[in-house]
Amino acid sequence: MLLLILKRIGLGLITLFIVSLITFVGVEVLPGDACTTYLEREAYGAALDACIKRLGLDVPAYERYLDWASNVMRGDFGYSLSGEMPINEVLGPRVKNSLVLASVSILIGIPLAIVLGIITALWRDKLPDIMISTITIFSMTIPEFISATLLILIVAIWLGWLPGIVIIPSDATFYELLSNIILPVVAISMIMTAHMARMVRSSVIQVMASDYVQMAILKGVPYWKMVFRHVLPNALLPAINVVALTIAWLLGGVVVTEVVFNYPGLGRLVIESISNRDLPVVQALAIILASIYVGINLIADLMTLMLNPRLKSLQIRK
Amino acid sequence: MNEIIESVKNLSIGFNSQKGKQISILRNVSTNIKKGETVGIVGESGSGKSTLALAMMGYIKQGLFPLKGECLFKSEDLLKMSSRQLEKIRGRKIAMIPQNAGQALTPNLKIGYQIDEALRLHTDLNKTERDKKISELLNKVRLPSPETMAFRYPHELSGGQQQRVAVAMALAGKPDLLLLDEPTTGLDVTTQAHVLELLRFIAKDTGTSMIYVSHDLGAIAQVSDRIVVMYAGEIVLEGPARKILKEPIHPYTYGLLKSIPKLSLAGLPASMPGSQPQPGSINEGCSFYDRCNLATDHCKKNSPDLEHIKELDTNVRCFNHKELINQNNNLQTSITKKSNNSEAIEVLKLKDVSISYAKQKFFDQLLNKISDQNPTVKDINIDIKKGETIALVGESGSGKSTILKSIAGLLKTKDGQIKFENDRLLSSDLKMRNPNDLRAIQLIFQNPDESLNPNHTVEQILSQPLKLYFNLSGEELKKNIIDLLKKVRLGEFYMSRYPRQLSGGEKQRVAVARAFAAKPDIILCDEVTSALDVSVQAAVLNILQQLKEDLGTTYVFVSHDLAVVRAISDRVAVLYQGRLCEIGPSQNVYKFPSHPYTEVLLGAVLEPDPDIKPKLVAEDIVEEKPPEKGCSFQGRCPRKIGDICNLEVPPWQIGENGNAIRCHINIDELASLQQ
Ligand SMILES: Nc1ncnc2c1ncn2[C@@H]1O[C@H](COP(=O)(O)OP(=O)(O)OP(=O)(O)O)[C@@H](O)[C@H]1O
Ligand code: SF4
Ligand code: SF4
Ligand SMILES: [Mg+2]
Repeated sequence: MLLLILKRIGLGLITLFIVSLITFVGVEVLPGDACTTYLEREAYGAALDACIKRLGLDVPAYERYLDWASNVMRGDFGYSLSGEMPINEVLGPRVKNSLVLASVSILIGIPLAIVLGIITALWRDKLPDIMISTITIFSMTIPEFISATLLILIVAIWLGWLPGIVIIPSDATFYELLSNIILPVVAISMIMTAHMARMVRSSVIQVMASDYVQMAILKGVPYWKMVFRHVLPNALLPAINVVALTIAWLLGGVVVTEVVFNYPGLGRLVIESISNRDLPVVQALAIILASIYVGINLIADLMTLMLNPRLKSLQIRK
Repeated sequence: MNEIIESVKNLSIGFNSQKGKQISILRNVSTNIKKGETVGIVGESGSGKSTLALAMMGYIKQGLFPLKGECLFKSEDLLKMSSRQLEKIRGRKIAMIPQNAGQALTPNLKIGYQIDEALRLHTDLNKTERDKKISELLNKVRLPSPETMAFRYPHELSGGQQQRVAVAMALAGKPDLLLLDEPTTGLDVTTQAHVLELLRFIAKDTGTSMIYVSHDLGAIAQVSDRIVVMYAGEIVLEGPARKILKEPIHPYTYGLLKSIPKLSLAGLPASMPGSQPQPGSINEGCSFYDRCNLATDHCKKNSPDLEHIKELDTNVRCFNHKELINQNNNLQTSITKKSNNSEAIEVLKLKDVSISYAKQKFFDQLLNKISDQNPTVKDINIDIKKGETIALVGESGSGKSTILKSIAGLLKTKDGQIKFENDRLLSSDLKMRNPNDLRAIQLIFQNPDESLNPNHTVEQILSQPLKLYFNLSGEELKKNIIDLLKKVRLGEFYMSRYPRQLSGGEKQRVAVARAFAAKPDIILCDEVTSALDVSVQAAVLNILQQLKEDLGTTYVFVSHDLAVVRAISDRVAVLYQGRLCEIGPSQNVYKFPSHPYTEVLLGAVLEPDPDIKPKLVAEDIVEEKPPEKGCSFQGRCPRKIGDICNLEVPPWQIGENGNAIRCHINIDELASLQQ
């Protein structure tokens, strides 16, 4: 078991290493370098020299990679070009904002998805299922930018209940954020919840049709007890990985939603830094996003391992 | 003894077809279960036996609903009860033992919890009393170390142990009636015999009534006091077990019993033509009319009622049952002898073959070798003659299919050689074999559902090998396909059918036809009849034998069923844990002296005769790996003589009749021990 965890962590680290290499090489092989790309037409003379100096572009590539990599490991991503300030200071508030948006959506969306999934499965083809399923399929099929825009139009512009666009600085406090993120959270949750509810539904239906559930009924186990002891633990196990992917997707910044609502999170930073050709920030973002995916999937795998008795004893015996 | 505990009255169950028609799958079924009695319900797949058994617990599968009639348990109708009332009865008064305990135990709950759940629901015991009761129950079903067993998860138990847990769980509520739906199907022969023995003991010990549902008359014969025979949703025959098995007075039961291969007789059992009608396609008249050899015009128009025959204490649904009373004495003898037309030439030689599933280590992969000291299959030496049928038998995990796959080139051998015709070495890699060798060796699988492409018609399925190997096209191709279908006794009109429009037996016949399309020299048959009902199995066996006699094909026939093997094969090789134990002409393998493992297998065979009881000589433990050294059977051998069995691989001893046995006990001594 321990060996397996170590193996998984090792694999994750290798993945991160490869991602860092790819982004670094990618930036390297682009025509010009970070300075010429950023300075564009002003890339000559003193400005260029200063930029090159500041970024250390005058040393060979492999040395720069090692340098950069060791700094990253210490948590230092270097300097951003546009803001001319340490990338950490650029990233910090954005990470926090994305975290707030993601955790609120998760706290609301995931329990809701599970409950809806279970309800639709248990009342399969009855009224509750038909109603909820219609809504979930509907909200699954509308693209994010349309639903987000519609939300702004209806709630913010027609009804005027909430601000349509988030107009807070990226370093706003937690409470300032909360009151502003209701609409983005709704927009995100709609899609996420719908997808997850569908998955939970089919998983529960499958388990309900299994021999062991029929057996539990024939054993005289009362309905709700059967649902909680025999059905849900087995039905929700496969959901863990989907939940993990969703969380990673949320933390990585929901680009479209953030852009539509003008929310200062990681997703928008990705767009901004690409359009500003701020290559050091792009590099840093690539590493951070990859780490999030790797980390969360690792946790999900370990959780599945821990909760599934079949895998657990398999590992112990080995 | 005569108190009736459950009584089914005129029960019909059905469903609504897509066209909105009401189709019944149980029709007018009535029967009574008496206290302390074991009733066997037998019938082919789809005859409605499970539906009937579940209805007797007040459970109707999703999609079905009762059309009329009632299921009275102690004079209350289960079908009218609320789910609250049913929860009080299920598990407490009527308990169920499912077909596949492996799937019927909830995977995330320890087995102790699952038994405890039944105890909490159905008894007033407190925690310590319940804990004691759990180990008592586990002990009663003869599970080893009941204390630790309770803390295991279902998947940590073998199939036989899971079935025992299911029995313990059912006994927890001290039910008056136990329902068993194919409780031993899918278990190994020895395990099955042990579980049946346990059930018999429990029935006697607790006085519980049992309903035992099975397609296997052999198992039914071992446990039942009374037998109910179902056909196409109706009861066609019902009476005392001995009467039904020895003097069946319904043509269907008669045919069914005749189609079961028997250990005591060589040769193929007679087959019944046709197959059971699908629900909804049953017309007026007797539902068995199409397959019945006693049918008259009267049967075509009128459907017979269940008639009570007083002197036999039997109910029968047939106009002409009297004619059978005289025929019954030849139940045992009407078996077609088969001719052995094998020639002296050897077509296939396995020499010191070992096969390993172990993962290759990195360096071994580079050197392309397998280093496994204890491979799954080891030291197999078999020479197969042209036109011979050689059978490989053994319990699950004995490596039968593994050997077949290696011959077919689907699995690389670790050591040894496979030689084909004139001692030509066959590559163990499929890609290295020449096309003619590929054509010459064909494989038929256990499950035709998986081996036939569901999106192809029978014509497409059969034309593939004909195009590939013989470049046929147009009229010639069609003529060949019709020929092939004729060989497996299917009409021309089957060409346009899809696999889903065929019955199990028809599908397997198409698979046989596809194998023969390549005009092969050798056909490898992997449990080809295990998924089929006995009457259909007999038909497939007969076709295989006929084709062999006509075309001189060689068969390597893998099966776990010793009686089937006895029926079809000329020579038998017995395997345990991937090592050969015994090999010889089939009539000799079924006679003593035998290898101790063969003896165990033979003892566990269930015959459809209440007077032939299985002999249980060895424990039904499951071994996960073959032992590192010594005799492969040392872990379970009832005749083990000591350390020599653990340390040294036993030598081959050849008996006077050409039977080879691999055991440390002298062959003559074995003979006298087994007398
Ligand atoms: N939910 C369902 N909807 C429609 N038809 C069904 C349903 N369940 C079973 N059937 C049909 O009812 C018939 C009887 O089914 P049942 O399961 O009782 O057979 P069985 O005798 O137990 O067969 P087996 O030996 O394969 O278990 C079959 O023809 C089957 O196809
Ligand atoms: S009634 Fe006629 S068709 Fe039916 S089983 Fe009897 S003889 Fe055969
Ligand atoms: S060699 Fe020993 S263990 Fe093996 S079968 Fe013979 S007596 Fe049994
Ligand atoms: Mg069944």
